[in-house]
Order: sequence, then C-alpha cells, then structure tokens
Amino acid sequence: MKSLGKYMIFLGKLISNREPFRVYLKLFFDECILIGINSLTIVVLVSVFIGAVMCLQTAFNLVSPIIPRYVISQVVRDIALLEVAPTFTAIVFAGKVGSNIAGGLGTMKITEQVDALEVMGINSASYLVLPKVLAGMFMYPILVTIAGFLAITGGYIAGVVSGVVTPEEYIYGIRADFMEFSVSFALLKAFVFSFLITSISAYKGYYTEGGALEVGASSTKAVTNSCIAVLVADFFIAQFLV
Amino acid sequence: MIEINNIQKTFEDKTVLHGISAVFEKGKTNMIIGASGTGKSVLLKTIVGLIEPDEGEVLYNGRNFYDANRDEQKKIRREIGMLFQGSALFDSLSVEKNVMFPLDMLSRMSKSEKEDRVQFCLKRVGLAGSEKKMPSEISGGMKKRVGIARAIVMKSQYLFCDEPNSGLDPNTAIIIDNLIQEITKEYDLTTVIVSHDMNSMMEIGEYILFMHEGKKVWEGSNDDVTDAESPILQKFIFSNKLMRKYKQ
Ligand SMILES: Nc1ncnc2c1ncn2[C@@H]1O[C@H](COP(=O)(O)OP(=O)(O)O)[C@@H](O)[C@H]1O
Ligand SMILES: [Mg+2]
Repeated sequence: MKSLGKYMIFLGKLISNREPFRVYLKLFFDECILIGINSLTIVVLVSVFIGAVMCLQTAFNLVSPIIPRYVISQVVRDIALLEVAPTFTAIVFAGKVGSNIAGGLGTMKITEQVDALEVMGINSASYLVLPKVLAGMFMYPILVTIAGFLAITGGYIAGVVSGVVTPEEYIYGIRADFMEFSVSFALLKAFVFSFLITSISAYKGYYTEGGALEVGASSTKAVTNSCIAVLVADFFIAQFLV
Repeated sequence: MIEINNIQKTFEDKTVLHGISAVFEKGKTNMIIGASGTGKSVLLKTIVGLIEPDEGEVLYNGRNFYDANRDEQKKIRREIGMLFQGSALFDSLSVEKNVMFPLDMLSRMSKSEKEDRVQFCLKRVGLAGSEKKMPSEISGGMKKRVGIARAIVMKSQYLFCDEPNSGLDPNTAIIIDNLIQEITKEYDLTTVIVSHDMNSMMEIGEYILFMHEGKKVWEGSNDDVTDAESPILQKFIFSNKLMRKYKQ
C-alpha cells in the first residue's frame, strides 16, 4: 500500500514541472528506436512459434469429424488477438524492455547521474522516465499488431506444412465470424500493459539505492512486478469484456 | 558566499547532522573534512538542495534556498556546478556532449557558441583532443576533469566537489586538487570540497570545516590545522607515519 502511494507520487512527478517540449521530442524518438531494436527479434520469434504451436495443438484436440477444419484457424485467430498478441507479448516485453529500463535507471541512480540532473534543476524523473513511458505506449501497440499478425501466420505455416488444414480452410476460418472488436480490445490492452510495464519498471529503477547488486535486484523486481500488474489488469479487462 | 545555519538532518531514527553552521567565502577553496560516514556528503547534498534538511537554512549570497520559490531555486541552481564522487558522467554521451549537456538544457546559446564554450572548458581542464571519447573509455582522472568542465561550463559561481580525488593515485589527486583551486581563483568561485583526504586538506584547504559524527569539531585554515587542539582532529591528521614524523 505504501509503495502504491509512492508509485502514484512518482507518476505525478513525471507530469509536473516538465521540461520544454522540444527536449522530450528527441528523447522520445531515441527511446522508440531503442525499444524497437530491443524487443522486435524476440517478439517475432515468440509469436511465430506460439502461433504454430497453437495451430497444431488445436488440430490435435479437434478429432471429431463433424467439426469443420476451419475452426482451427478461428481458434488460433481469437487466441492470438485476444491473449497472445497483447498479454503474452507483454510478458516478453517486461522481460526485455522493463528490465532494461529498470537496470538503466538504477545504474544512473547509484552513479549519481540522477543527482547530477537534479543539481542542474532538471526534473530527473520526468526527463528520464516520461519519454520511456510514452515511447513504450507508442511502440508496444505496434509490436502487438506485428505479434498478432505473425502468430496467425505462424499457425498458417505450421498448419499447411503439416497438412492438418488446407490454405483455403485456414484463410476461410480467419475471416469467419470475425469481430472487429477484438482488434480494438487488443489495442486497449496494449496501451494499458505498456503503461504498466514501463512505469513500474521505471519506478523500480528510479528508487534503487546501493550498488550493482541492488541494480540487479531492481531489474528482477521490475520484471516480476510488471508481470503481476499485467496479469491482474488482464483479468479486470477480461471482466469488462463479459 | 554561502552561509549555512544550524543544518540538521535525521534519517528515520538516525541523526546524521546535528546543527552545522559555517560560512564559505568567495574565491576560496572551502573544505568539509572528516572520516568516512560522518555525514559530509549528506551535508553537501543539503547545501545543493538534493536533500532537504529538517532544520536550518542555506543562504546563497543572502538568498535563502529553501525559502525560495521554484523559479528562484532554478535560478540559484543555474549558478551551481557540481563534481560528483564518481564523476556521474552520463554514460550514453560522449565527453563533448556531457560538457555540452547543461548548455543544451539550460541556455539559449547558438550551436557554435555552445561548441566554443565546450572547447574552451575542455581545454581549460586539459582535455582538448578527447571530445569524441565515451566515459567508459577514459581514466578516472580524465572523468574528474570532464566532471569539472561540465560543472563550470555554465559559468557557475558556486562549485561543489564530493571527494574529487577519491579513486585517484596520489599524484593525479594533487593535480586535480590544484586544478580545482586554480579554477576557483581564476573565476572567483565559491568552492566547497568534501574530502577525507588529509593531503588535499593540507594542499588546498583555505577554509576547513572539520566534522565528526555529524558535528562541527573545528574550523580554520590549513596554516593552523596542525596546531589545532581538538584530539579528534589531531588523531585524523597524525594518522599516518609521514605526518607523525613531520610532527617530531
Ligand atoms: N538517504 C539516506 N538514507 C538513510 N541514511 C543515509 C542516507 N544517506 C546517508 N545516510 C547515512 O548518513 C551517514 C553519513 O553518510 P555520508 O554523508 O555519505 O558520509 P560521508 O561523510 O562518508 O560522506 C551514513 O551513516 C549513511 O548511512
Ligand atoms: Mg561521501
């Protein structure tokens, strides 16, 4: 509870007494590039493979001849859009980007780089963290979109190569009973999760005290805490859906 | 001139500073001396506004820092340069960009004016030619020099140094100490240096505030420090063989 309050105050610090807009612009783009480079490879790998595995697993479980084969890709599509793309990727994102943010800020804190900014009269929390949070919220939905697309593609490749479903059936299934809502839903999740991951990780990093060991600990805590926050938020958003 | 009055600071239940007062004069290398863990860094941080004291006041040429509103505080901060214990260079920026950083953030100079100013400062600290190096590629002594250049680039009036020669060999340490003193004289700065190094104290301690367990034990200059009566200070000064020999 106490740390929740501290986290809220930290969020307040990000937006009060900001630096001029032009200062953030460059930092924002730098962070976007960094986040993209950091997480693209792993997100691509994870989503393609999960998509492939989902397709084969679903096929394996659908033994009844009365169920049409295109249901396989329908299942893959729905899980990919609703869970894999936003939530599963969030866990990967927390591991990559979250730990990076916490480690970077933690190092800056213990080597007094944060103090150096403060002495100059710069709001260090806002200067260092706000661009990261905004860049995360900008890049993550893009990553989620890529992940969703690739998971479905992964399913297609696995399904067609293994012969459990024909290309025509797969494409038909993807388009059957498609709800546009699931895309907006995935993007809503993307915004919420990326905000949680970047801000919690930044919070953990920013309040690191001690030495290299504590930076490591902050990094780990950043990942676990943001994963927990993501899963809790996922649950509440799912509630909101039904 | 900086004046501090009755500075007190307690962390949770541990009182680190028990009411410290001092006057740091312009154009002098003022030193805060004491053993490790006596609260020197905390005192310095309360002076520069990084840690708010529970009680007491800090006056910059008569302007009370903690009574000032945010804009006034910002204005005072622009007159402050600080060299941190580990140099605290931004590790994602080159030497040149580190020194330029305060100008980028806080000044309205044109690009070429900024470049000239950075060149001037780097040259002053003896680092011309290392502009493009990254902090990870330079030695501890060079990092301190970059830190000094960054601290003076805004033409600050107040220079603070936390353990400027920690982690340096004795020779480089003296060179850095002397550089700080030269710069203090050249630009008529009010300089406050925190140190536990007896050599530095003897070399450049024009005003010495000696602390022990969060209290001021003695103040004076390096000319009369060896004659100080305080047993704690005596013990501190004559802790090494060289000094004991000198005493005899
Ligand atoms: N942020 C803080 N919270 C709690 N205790 C602190 C904090 N900063 C310093 N201290 C304590 O204050 C004492 C003095 O520290 P410091 O000023 O760093 O000593 P030094 O004289 O070596 O610079 C130490 O015992 C330290 O543990
Ligand atoms: Mg210290």
